[in-house]
Amino acid sequence: MNVDLARWQFGFVTVNHFFFVPITIGLAFLTALLQTAWYRSKNDQYLRLTRFFGTLLVINVAIGVVTGLVQEFQFGMNWGAYSRLVGNVFGAPLAMEGLAAFFLESTFLGLWLFGWDKLPRRVHLLTIWAVSLGTVLSAAFIMAANSWMQHPVGYKMVGGKPQLNDIWALFTNPVFVWGYAKVLLASLVTGAAVMLAVSAWQLRHGREPEVFTASARLALIVLLPAILFTMLVGDELGVIEAKYQPMKIAAAEAQWTTCQPCSFSLFQIGGGNNDQTPTEIIAIPHLLSLLATNSWNGKVVGLTPLQNQYSQKYGPGYYVPNVFIQYWAMRVMAYLAVLVFLIALWGVWLIRRKTLATSRLFLWVAVWSVVLPFLLNTAGWFLTESGRQPWIVQGIMLTKNGISPTVSTTWIWISLIAFILIYATIGTIDLLLMLRYSRQQLPPTRAPAEADEPVPAVQY
Amino acid sequence: MSNLIPFWFIVIAVLWTGFFILEGFDFGVGMLHDLVGTDDAGRRAVINTIGPLWDGNEVWLIVAAAAIFAAFPGWYATMFSAYYLAMVLLLASLIVRGLAFEYRGKRDAVRWRRTWDVLLTVGSLLAPLLTGVVLGGLLHGLPINSSQNYTGSFWDLLQPYPLFTGITLVLVCALHGATFLGLKTTGDMRERSGLLARRVAPFTGAAVVGFAIWTHVTYSGTFFLNPIELLAILAAIAAVWLVYEHRAGFAFAATTVTIASCIVSIFVGLYPNVMVSSTRAAYNLTVHNTASGAYSLKVMTVVAVVLLPVVLAYQSWTYYVFRRRVSKSDFEPRQRPAEPSPGLPGKT
Repeated sequence: MNVDLARWQFGFVTVNHFFFVPITIGLAFLTALLQTAWYRSKNDQYLRLTRFFGTLLVINVAIGVVTGLVQEFQFGMNWGAYSRLVGNVFGAPLAMEGLAAFFLESTFLGLWLFGWDKLPRRVHLLTIWAVSLGTVLSAAFIMAANSWMQHPVGYKMVGGKPQLNDIWALFTNPVFVWGYAKVLLASLVTGAAVMLAVSAWQLRHGREPEVFTASARLALIVLLPAILFTMLVGDELGVIEAKYQPMKIAAAEAQWTTCQPCSFSLFQIGGGNNDQTPTEIIAIPHLLSLLATNSWNGKVVGLTPLQNQYSQKYGPGYYVPNVFIQYWAMRVMAYLAVLVFLIALWGVWLIRRKTLATSRLFLWVAVWSVVLPFLLNTAGWFLTESGRQPWIVQGIMLTKNGISPTVSTTWIWISLIAFILIYATIGTIDLLLMLRYSRQQLPPTRAPAEADEPVPAVQY
Repeated sequence: MSNLIPFWFIVIAVLWTGFFILEGFDFGVGMLHDLVGTDDAGRRAVINTIGPLWDGNEVWLIVAAAAIFAAFPGWYATMFSAYYLAMVLLLASLIVRGLAFEYRGKRDAVRWRRTWDVLLTVGSLLAPLLTGVVLGGLLHGLPINSSQNYTGSFWDLLQPYPLFTGITLVLVCALHGATFLGLKTTGDMRERSGLLARRVAPFTGAAVVGFAIWTHVTYSGTFFLNPIELLAILAAIAAVWLVYEHRAGFAFAATTVTIASCIVSIFVGLYPNVMVSSTRAAYNLTVHNTASGAYSLKVMTVVAVVLLPVVLAYQSWTYYVFRRRVSKSDFEPRQRPAEPSPGLPGKT
């Protein structure tokens, strides 16, 4: 009971946190690009876009920061036994994240917002790049910690406890290298999709077509390669996970028996941990072999033999993750990524034909496609985290053994309900503010005479 | 390598102290913003005195928590799970006040802004209160068993000394915020900050004297206070005097020393324990029985020694960039520039 509630809580606050994180990483980078364009070209339209999208960035950072506090505290609150056992490996990257990334991000965001009229232009430009660097570094440390839970490296067991003995191993862990690349790319996709959707809405309403065509173009030029590489990196990450966490990938295909070569089913009817013979709809031969092993005839060990293998190695127990979640998370992620790719391709084609600003159908699709990256990211995390179960740290500790032993069910209920109420409220407020500020007019053009005057600072 | 264990205890004490010095006046500003700013422009001016600073200041808390996690995982696990409900409330307070800063000005409706004002005040008051209860509880002791787990109920957390620590910190933060505003505002807001400082100061002074003595008797059997507790008392008395003497700069320095020495005295009293067990002294959590491995501490020492000075440098620079006072007039609705009258020759 407690472990389920604690997992619900972790899942709830973390999925919510990760709505805001990729917007922040992606939009901070894009805003920095816009400001750099203004700095270099002195073209006023880039300044107006910087201020416009900077406001959206700040609305999101606010929620990202405060929901991040919960992330930092909840390991100790709900997962005391886990923290006690692995803190000396897992805690180190978290402490480094605070020192190297959070300070940088928060301090320089303040400097950027309030420093428009106080800092020389070049220094002020550096502050937004420092913010962007902070967001990128932050993701590196937290992904190193997370990857260690997927594939523990750089430690030795001393008295039943993992002890860190090689910090570099955490950052050369293949799960980290590819997982981190994927998170950065997915964040670019998210940020670019937000910028594209906002620009498309403005274009549909005929506002400043020239300026918003520029931002839509920038968004598309980032989006297309970002989504393409997300898929390629995701494919490689699948191969690595198949090697270290074979259960995760076998469950993603609901593959109970060992196969060689293995096909990939587009859909299935039924399935799950209690239905090992679902009806597969359209099985594409060899595709799973390719995805899981990078080879045409690769072998994928099935869930049943893996379960036998794990029972022998770790003692009796059920080691198969939730197959239903794995199967569908994989497909939602993959299909939506293809959809985003096609939309981006369409947009880039319209740029070439110079009809981006006038294609009402595309603009309509682009506005609504903003939800896709969020579904895609969430599905990706379900695949990663649910696929690790029943382990909290693969091969070292089971999730059910990780919870705080003396926290009562009532306490977890209270906190779960409290967080749901708080997050629902602040999530709604964020959404309403985002909509409101996305639909605002651009800040006015500055008269040519004012071009060398300081730009007014942002105030609360 | 065993020297690194006390070193990390000191680092954590420094992080908490830094957090309270910096975020302490943010809490105070949040508590008092409605009293110092009597209209919307005034309240905005007050909030903008810490606008560029508060977020960076709050990171000190995150890093303090993460450092406990990394250097003393056993301490982190016991502390955060024992104070479970207090932590939920603390997080809620920090969430609402963080959002109040960012979102208050984003809409121009009176009800919207007044709601955020209330949340900012309440959040800024609860956060130091709860943090004080937690820090005081570390020293006062909690029912903790031989496997380092908390065995009490929610009510066992609310002992007199921890509660008094919380109240003391609220009062110190209020005075610290008032002296900060005395340096950062102009005109009648500056006067009201001074007035509020003089109203709060006697209570803060009395609370700190009581806190220093109570802290001392909580952990020590000796009669004489140790230097850091004495410093807390002297600094608090100096702060009261300086506030009445209208010496704003020195008063802020005095409240800084007061808040720092209060926090340091808790950690001095704790060492080598990190959480006292009221069940049995043998079950105390200490720096040794909760510490990380030598290699982890070594790695983090390198990181902290390299990065903390850099962080201090750029945060100091931020304070330098935003050193100017904030005026209410910056936030008063601008008068519309006169419409250029049509038909006037010569003007285009």
